[in-house]
Amino acid sequence: MSSVSVSRLSKSYNSIKALDNVSFDVSKGELFGIIGPDGAGKTTLFRLLTTLILPDCGSAVIEGLDVVNDYASVRRIIGYMPGRFSLYQDLTVEENLNFFATVFNTTVKENYHLIEDIYKHIEPFRTRRAGKLSGGMKQKLALSCALIHKPKVLFLDEPTTGVDPVSRKEFWEMLLKLKSQGITIIVSTPYMDEARLCDRIALMQNGKFLRIDSPDNITASYPYRLWAVTANNMHGLLNDLRACQYVKSSFSFGASCHVTIDESASAAMLDAYLSTRGYDDIGIKEIQPTVEDCFMLMLKEDAQ
Amino acid sequence: MLKYLLEKEFKQIMRNKFIPRMIIAMPLFMMLIMPWAANQEVTNIRLTVVDNDRSITSDELVRKVVSSGYFIFQSVSDGSEEALRDVDAGKADIILDIPNGFEKDLQTERISGVMISSNSVNGTKGILGSSYLATIVNDFASSLSEDMMMVQPVLSNQNGKSFRIMPQYKFNPHLDYKVFMVPAIMVMLLTMITGFLPAFNIVGEKEAGTIEQINVTPTSRMQFILAKLIPYWCIGLIVFTLCMLLAVFVYSLIPVGSLLTIYIFAVVYIVAVSGMGLVVSNYSDTMQQAMFVMFFFIMIFLLMSGLLTPVASMPDWAQYITIFNPLKYFISVMRMVYLKGSGFAELVPHFLSLCGFAVVFNVWAILGYRKRN
Repeated sequence: MSSVSVSRLSKSYNSIKALDNVSFDVSKGELFGIIGPDGAGKTTLFRLLTTLILPDCGSAVIEGLDVVNDYASVRRIIGYMPGRFSLYQDLTVEENLNFFATVFNTTVKENYHLIEDIYKHIEPFRTRRAGKLSGGMKQKLALSCALIHKPKVLFLDEPTTGVDPVSRKEFWEMLLKLKSQGITIIVSTPYMDEARLCDRIALMQNGKFLRIDSPDNITASYPYRLWAVTANNMHGLLNDLRACQYVKSSFSFGASCHVTIDESASAAMLDAYLSTRGYDDIGIKEIQPTVEDCFMLMLKEDAQ
Repeated sequence: MLKYLLEKEFKQIMRNKFIPRMIIAMPLFMMLIMPWAANQEVTNIRLTVVDNDRSITSDELVRKVVSSGYFIFQSVSDGSEEALRDVDAGKADIILDIPNGFEKDLQTERISGVMISSNSVNGTKGILGSSYLATIVNDFASSLSEDMMMVQPVLSNQNGKSFRIMPQYKFNPHLDYKVFMVPAIMVMLLTMITGFLPAFNIVGEKEAGTIEQINVTPTSRMQFILAKLIPYWCIGLIVFTLCMLLAVFVYSLIPVGSLLTIYIFAVVYIVAVSGMGLVVSNYSDTMQQAMFVMFFFIMIFLLMSGLLTPVASMPDWAQYITIFNPLKYFISVMRMVYLKGSGFAELVPHFLSLCGFAVVFNVWAILGYRKRN
């Protein structure tokens, strides 16, 4: 049985379609990632699923409860961590946690085992006001507060945006632990390295899901051979590659450019082309596509 | 559940650096300073005298005017022109022009006149100033006629048949403006605390995004709103009580009517204005909007409430507008109970009006809130 089941969900703000006919299922204990650029409709989807707004049409069922008709019951079994820090900044860490435990009619003690791993990081600061915490600690507190009533489904809207790499890593380790306890987690993120840690990911653009699959399947289905190209003058390289007639796509990926070329062409031809353009130290090697490569390709195809 | 929400609200209010101090400072300031400042008695009118007569009688008249306490003796001018220049320059507000031969005319022809000219840029000051001055001159004239038994009252009717009017001021025998203002100021304070603060608090949660986090909990809307209102209802009633104590100790003002009546009205009024605050908070997404809208309404409500100017002297259309002003009802109730000792039975129309406001605003607030979610 699926934990979250969404069918043909749509939501518009005036003339803008924030969410356009989205359907998907998430099974129990699954870690489901939603990847997409800003404005793709991720937050709208979260707000619909957490009963904060009403859909224009379509339906969503969480653990057998409809988000529109049974919204009160839905609220008891979900945890939501909005993208923006929304705990009480003028209450201390401890007071925030106690408050959210009590409004769910439970106590911190009862579910402490769930949050222990996370909360122990911020416990030394339990008398500090939440507003005075650092970004990473705020996220940990927000996650603790979202978990304190032992939700069955956890919604995390860009939980690691603006958080340092170490805290990000810790945060994801915690999510994997929570997953192992059987909590369904739906998380959105702009970071592709985090996407790999999800069981399945949905690529989202303009309010639509482009594709839903496991990260491995997504990268395996990349249709072209992919080359990483480096040269001495990286600055002009991207433009020159794009200008080349048999280069199909070229994107800058950190220290190299990821390039796909026509089937008729070869790496040697590319090397020769770059040499005539005056590049030295040319390195071209075939690589395995990442989720990001797939995502860029899909965005491009979607745009066409 | 409500208990925990209330606990949180009180914690936040007490922790706020500003609000608790303001809650103490505002009533003190308003109760101790406002009744003296918002005083419509006109005093300190600067007087310039043009004494063309320079006689004993004219001297005496000037002394009498100055000793009345309403006027500050500014200068003696040599002629009307100079006196007018003083008024132009803003040095004087009113001119008492005593003609040449004033004393002689009084003695021989038993009749004379003085001219009073006042600067009426500030209408109230001009009118009241000249009427004070006229009264003093009249008094002076009648005392002269009593003294001399031969001089007719200067400004009285013909034939010297003067009569005296002995006004009796009911309920506020000394015409003390403070006694009139203090009960109204209490209403103003109650409005600010129970109307403004909870509304701003709710909008503040909207702005901070914390309302989202509350909305995904099983907390119901009713509980959330009540938890916002109850602390301010309590604070409002405490401040209100403090104000009544201040009134007793500072102004020796004890309500003639019953305290119970006052509190019954205060409670209904609090529910009404906090409902109004809720309506405003429903339609505001930012503190700035809420502040501005509240400010707009409160200005109109205060100016059209009879706080400073009597409703009865407003034009008809304005009087119709005041029908929709909850402040008007409570201010008039407070004054009636405080000064006249009106009982509940006489105040039933006011009571029903306030109940009406309470119902309308709160129903509107609840329906409005539902609609937007």
